[in-house]
Amino acid sequence: MSSVRVLVGTRKGAFILTSDGRRDRWDITGPHFAGWELYHLKGSPADPNRLYASQTSGWFGQQIQRSNDGGKTWEPAGNQFTYAGVPGTHQWYDGTPHPWEFKRVWHLEPSLTDPDTVYAGVEDAALFRSADGAKTWEELPGLRGHGSGPHWAPGAGGLCLHSIVLDPSDAKRMFIAISAAGVFRSDDGAATWRPANRGLRSEYIPDPTAEVGHCVHHIAMHQSRPRTLFMQKHWDVMRSDDAADSWHEVSGNLPTDFGFVIDMHAHEPQTVFVIPIKSDSEHYPPEGRLRVYRSRTGGNEWEALTEGLPQRDCYVNVLRDAMAVDGLEACGIYFGTTGGQVYASADAGDTWKPIVRDLPAVLSVEVQTLA
Amino acid sequence: MIPPRERTAPGAGEPRAGSAAAARGLRRIRIVLPAHLRTLAGTGREVALDVESPVTQRAVLDALEARYPALRGAIRDHVTHRRRALVRFFACARDLSHESPDAPLPDAVAEGTEPFLIVGAIAGG
Repeated sequence: MSSVRVLVGTRKGAFILTSDGRRDRWDITGPHFAGWELYHLKGSPADPNRLYASQTSGWFGQQIQRSNDGGKTWEPAGNQFTYAGVPGTHQWYDGTPHPWEFKRVWHLEPSLTDPDTVYAGVEDAALFRSADGAKTWEELPGLRGHGSGPHWAPGAGGLCLHSIVLDPSDAKRMFIAISAAGVFRSDDGAATWRPANRGLRSEYIPDPTAEVGHCVHHIAMHQSRPRTLFMQKHWDVMRSDDAADSWHEVSGNLPTDFGFVIDMHAHEPQTVFVIPIKSDSEHYPPEGRLRVYRSRTGGNEWEALTEGLPQRDCYVNVLRDAMAVDGLEACGIYFGTTGGQVYASADAGDTWKPIVRDLPAVLSVEVQTLA
Repeated sequence: MIPPRERTAPGAGEPRAGSAAAARGLRRIRIVLPAHLRTLAGTGREVALDVESPVTQRAVLDALEARYPALRGAIRDHVTHRRRALVRFFACARDLSHESPDAPLPDAVAEGTEPFLIVGAIAGG
């Protein structure tokens, strides 16, 4: 029988939840790396026992951890992230040039085919790759070097490369997203990049339709339709049907088009999930009601999913890497909150229950479906 | 409650008489690590390392990182070797954080009677 492993990164360590395919009883291990911030953990699609974790601390910097046994044991891996060549400058909050400085790894994306190859999206924004199981890291400098880098400016959370999407149909194509620069696409194995933000409109920047400068929060792709992408932007839920050559808005009837997470149903490429969040300084669910919104039409028409979710006095946030789906026949969906709950639905969002509560604030949720 | 101090490694401090280390002028130095770095390195509270004379911050940290590679980058920058902002170095009731990394450490550290303390600064309110 299939089973599910949920990898949860929090402000104070990592937790691993496992269940059989019924997904009604969960075993929890952790905290792993107690006291450290775990921005992201993810398993290799090519070897589910190979996990990578980004462990970071304001005191002691960045660590990368690797597991070869599905998270039972871990070993420190390479943690040297050195920008290629002369790092140069990007734009600071006040518009002045600011030297590129490595701060942390936001996202780890293992290769779809090679367990030893893994990409890292870092702050200050850059893309690194390891081809030796995270022992050593090398920047892929074409991204920062393509020309607009000196004009990138940080979002409120920093100048972070937080989304990495690999095209399952084309090993040389990948997408990344940076707050607050936007989406970039490579068609040549990450050697060269171009901005992919046409159609985005951001009223909070001097030129609302600029080629770069958009605060993209997250992007998602369905494996069966790699030319179709969905985006949760600072404001607006967007869709592209031409591999990010252009985008159009699909916010439709959402109560707010602000939010962080966006994800896809495992088997229905037109089914999308978002969690609307109040914008600006509030960053909690509208009216204190935690609602997942599902569109079965690829956007524009959204339905609120509330059964089992708190519908009063709920003021948590759901951060950009904190939603994931499993691949079981009845698609499971999972998300974690800054209040320390991980909610799960085993019926594509119709009903929900917390599978753990009272963890530290959740930074990331990833799911592995195991044979 | 303050946990009981772990035993100092035997022979800490003095040149190791008759040993190959002593012949090379090495001193056995005691280093106290903060909790997170103990976990990372898989050690106890205090470690003892042979360090070449003159015993300086740089020599101690070089030896520490050579023995425990997981600590590289956690105390000082990989490339510049600049101390991380929220890490402090104390010894003999003195804050040595702002001393030159090449300045000799106090005699009591070089002699192993006092440990070199690596401390995570109190920060965060």
